[in-house]
Formats: sequence, C-alpha cells, structure tokens
Amino acid sequence: MELMCKHVWARISEYIDQSVPVEVREDIERHLEHCEICSAVLDSTRNIIVLTADNRTFELPVGYSERLHERLARELGSEEIE
Amino acid sequence: MTAAGTTTGATKERNEAGLIARILGGEKDLFHELIRPYERMLYLTAFSIVKNETDAEECAQDAVVNAYRNLAKFRGDSKFSTWLVTIVVNEARQKLRKAKRAKEDSLDEVIQGEEEEYTPAPLTDWREIPSEALERKELRETLQKAVAELPDIYRQVFTLRDLQEMNVAETAKALGVNENIVKVRLHRARMMLQKSLAPYLKKSTAPERKGFWGRMPWS
Repeated sequence: MELMCKHVWARISEYIDQSVPVEVREDIERHLEHCEICSAVLDSTRNIIVLTADNRTFELPVGYSERLHERLARELGSEEIE
Repeated sequence: MTAAGTTTGATKERNEAGLIARILGGEKDLFHELIRPYERMLYLTAFSIVKNETDAEECAQDAVVNAYRNLAKFRGDSKFSTWLVTIVVNEARQKLRKAKRAKEDSLDEVIQGEEEEYTPAPLTDWREIPSEALERKELRETLQKAVAELPDIYRQVFTLRDLQEMNVAETAKALGVNENIVKVRLHRARMMLQKSLAPYLKKSTAPERKGFWGRMPWS
C-alpha cells in the first residue's frame, strides 16, 4: 500500500518502538526509501529521544543520593518493618 | 551528578527477590542496596509530576521510606521497580494535591486537544547530533526546557517510557492508565518534542542553510 507522509507520521512512534505489524513496517520502509522528509522526521525524532534520555541531560541534584540514604538510614534506625 | 544505575537486568530480578527476603528476615540495611539502582528513576519520575527539584527530592525520599515500611506487602507479582515507581507516582501526586498547585489528572481523563492529530516539524536532511554535544550546557538546557513544556500527561509518559525505558505495561500500571493511552501519549510527546526541538537543533548545527524551513506547502 502506498502511504502518504501523514500516515507515516502517525506511526512513527510505533515504528521506533518496533511495534508496528510487519506489513505496515514494510510499507513505511518503502515510503522512507524515497521520502527525504519522513526520513528526516524519523531520524530527528530518534536523535531527540537519544539526547533527552542521556543521563547528562537530566542530572540529579548534587548530594541527592547521599541525602536519600541518610534519610533511609534514619528510618532503618528507628522503625521495624510492618 | 550522583551515581545511579539502570533499571533493567534479568539477573538483578533474581537477586532482588533474595535481597528482599533477607531484608524481611532482618538484614534491613540491605534496603540501601535494593534501592540504589532506582535512585535516578525515583527522582525523574517525581520531577515529571511535581516539576521542581526540592519537591521531587522529597517525594523520592518519602517513596523510599514508604517502600521500606511496606516491603512485606510487595508480593513479587510485578517487578520491584514497577512497584517502587507506583509508590513515587502516588507520593508526587499527593504532594501536588496538598500544594494545590495543579489539578490531578483523573485516570483516563481526556484533555482538550487529546483527540487532535500531532504532526512533526517537516524537514529534510537531518544531520545527527552526537551525544558528545551534550557537553554544551546550552543544548542540555534546551532539551530540559522542551520536556518541561510538554503538557503534564505527556511529560509523565515520556519520562517513564523514554527516559527510564520502562515498557508500556509497566508505565500504564505506574500511572494508572491503560496501555493504549500510554502509546498515544508517548507518540504525541515525541511528536511535540520533534516539532519544538528539531528546527531549533538543526538551525543551531547548520546555520549556513537559512531559509530552509517552512518551504513545504503543508508546513
């Protein structure tokens, strides 16, 4: 089936997650072969996911881990498990 | 940046069951080890809901204490990580309610615009931005801002699915929505991010190609 760009866009997230049915995947790949816009949309979306998921993008506050374990240590020192 | 691990690994699940049994058996200090791989997940999940660092950290701490106190109620029918993230989601939502800073999403709430189609920014010739570029503070801040500006329900799903790599079923369970809603919201979150970020990122990495945007008739 010949897909239009908007049909590919509607499936991009599922395509990235490899959760589209195989026949749809093949249609999308045929479309991507000749459509530089959809290829760029797909590549940019993937790239943005990789960049935002990188641990450097969202850093934890300085001292967060230490404070978390200090709080837990206080809890462990004062209470019994129910 | 503090040390934090990932949330996946089949072998770890077996070890966790053993750890949990030992903690319940009295070796309570092992709880520190049990939660160590999830520190980042706890914070990011809370942050995606309460949207400020201080509250997110407090929620993470409260969730850890709560998880410890209720550990005996963990039955192992879901993964420990899913159980833990459900606790931090609840802590964060409670905090929001108390602060009355925002309305809580009802579970399967349809917000205005949720039925709309979301289209990406059309562009051609994407040149990949390598992860090394994240050394630039400006890029990190741009990405943070774009995620922060997502509507709450989309940001929460995006955080669990893409930042923490939880699967659809785990995300649905943690947020109390069905799996289809997770898929739809994730798709929209990704499209919104692509739309807000791709033109900017492309422009900032290829300034010589001005006038490139918006040439498509349907853009």
